[in-house]
Amino acid sequence: MPQLDSSTFPTQIVWLVICFIVLYLLMWKVALPRIAAVLEARRSRIDDDLDRASALKEEAAQALAAYEASLAEAHARAQAELRAAAEQLAAETSARQADLVARLKAETAAAEARIARAKQQALKNIAAVAAEAAQAATARLIGVNVGEPALRKAIDAAMGDEE
Amino acid sequence: MAGAEQLNPLEQFEIHRLIPIEIGGVDVSFTNSSLWMVIAITLVTLFLTLSVRRRALVPGRWQSLAELAYEFIANMIRDNVGQEGRRFFPFIFTLFMFILFGNMLGLIPYSFTYTSHIIVTVTLALTVFLGITIVGIVRHGLRFFAFFMPQGVPIAMMPLMIPIEILSYLSRPVSLSIRLFANMMAGHTMMKVFAGFVVILGLFGGWAPLLVDVALTGFEVLIAFLQAYVFTILTCLYLNDTIHLH
Repeated sequence: MPQLDSSTFPTQIVWLVICFIVLYLLMWKVALPRIAAVLEARRSRIDDDLDRASALKEEAAQALAAYEASLAEAHARAQAELRAAAEQLAAETSARQADLVARLKAETAAAEARIARAKQQALKNIAAVAAEAAQAATARLIGVNVGEPALRKAIDAAMGDEE
Repeated sequence: MAGAEQLNPLEQFEIHRLIPIEIGGVDVSFTNSSLWMVIAITLVTLFLTLSVRRRALVPGRWQSLAELAYEFIANMIRDNVGQEGRRFFPFIFTLFMFILFGNMLGLIPYSFTYTSHIIVTVTLALTVFLGITIVGIVRHGLRFFAFFMPQGVPIAMMPLMIPIEILSYLSRPVSLSIRLFANMMAGHTMMKVFAGFVVILGLFGGWAPLLVDVALTGFEVLIAFLQAYVFTILTCLYLNDTIHLH
């Protein structure tokens, strides 16, 4: 078995030690730091991206909150304006109504006064016509010409009963 | 047929001197074993440096492989040793890559598997064993030897337990080195035996051992990875024992 040929041991050990140490130094000083740098760069890049993404998310949330706040404010303002307008409208309406009521009352009073006056006038005319008619009737029926004052008195008495 | 020598399944493990070198009467020739070690460390270095050359944010195939190897060993150390293991990361990574490439390159026909030589695996295992023992003594001082006194065992049992613990501790490099060497050697020998059958049976029946060899090659790729993994993870576990005692 060639493995047990001890004459080859020194050369194998020597070259093994040389090669292993060379490889160790190359790995330790050259290859592994490079790979580690690549991995580290990727990790930090990913972390950066994640940080930036969460910052953007934060920003978006803030923008949304601001938008909602302004929307609510506009809403409230519109509501207030609407209420003010409604109140003004109601006030105007009631003022106009009161005005109308007052005018109608005044007109009613005027009309009543006019009616009363006309009634008075009519009554006065009735007295005169009644007197004339009574005078004419008495003259025709009994042939007595009743004097003006007596006639008036009788008519007033009759009218006063009525009233 | 080129003769019986060609069919000797152990012939592939022979060491050939490519550049004879002798220092102080010791033969340290550059051999086929040395050549494949140099090829392996060159490939590992080229693979790991060229693949991350572009430092791409989204890795390509080669960069993914390099990152995968890095994270594979980094996770292994984190899971098995913990934070204190980070200092040993370059060493353990080198160990894994050196064994993995040795095993894998050995599967190429006409190549040489340096991990199939017991002296190589013993040297690696002893380096790990001595290194870990030194780490333990530096870290814990004399308390390190409490490692050999299992807790919760009656004092009366100690004369029995301590030799057993010491023996099991000392057997670690033995099992570590023999496991790797035996796996590599057995696999390659078996493939060579079946390859020999292909030559003997020729066109008539050679396809059957050829199929076996194809299957074995796939199997050996698994073994090559698995043995590198086992060697590395056992190193991690031993390191963990030593750092945290028990």
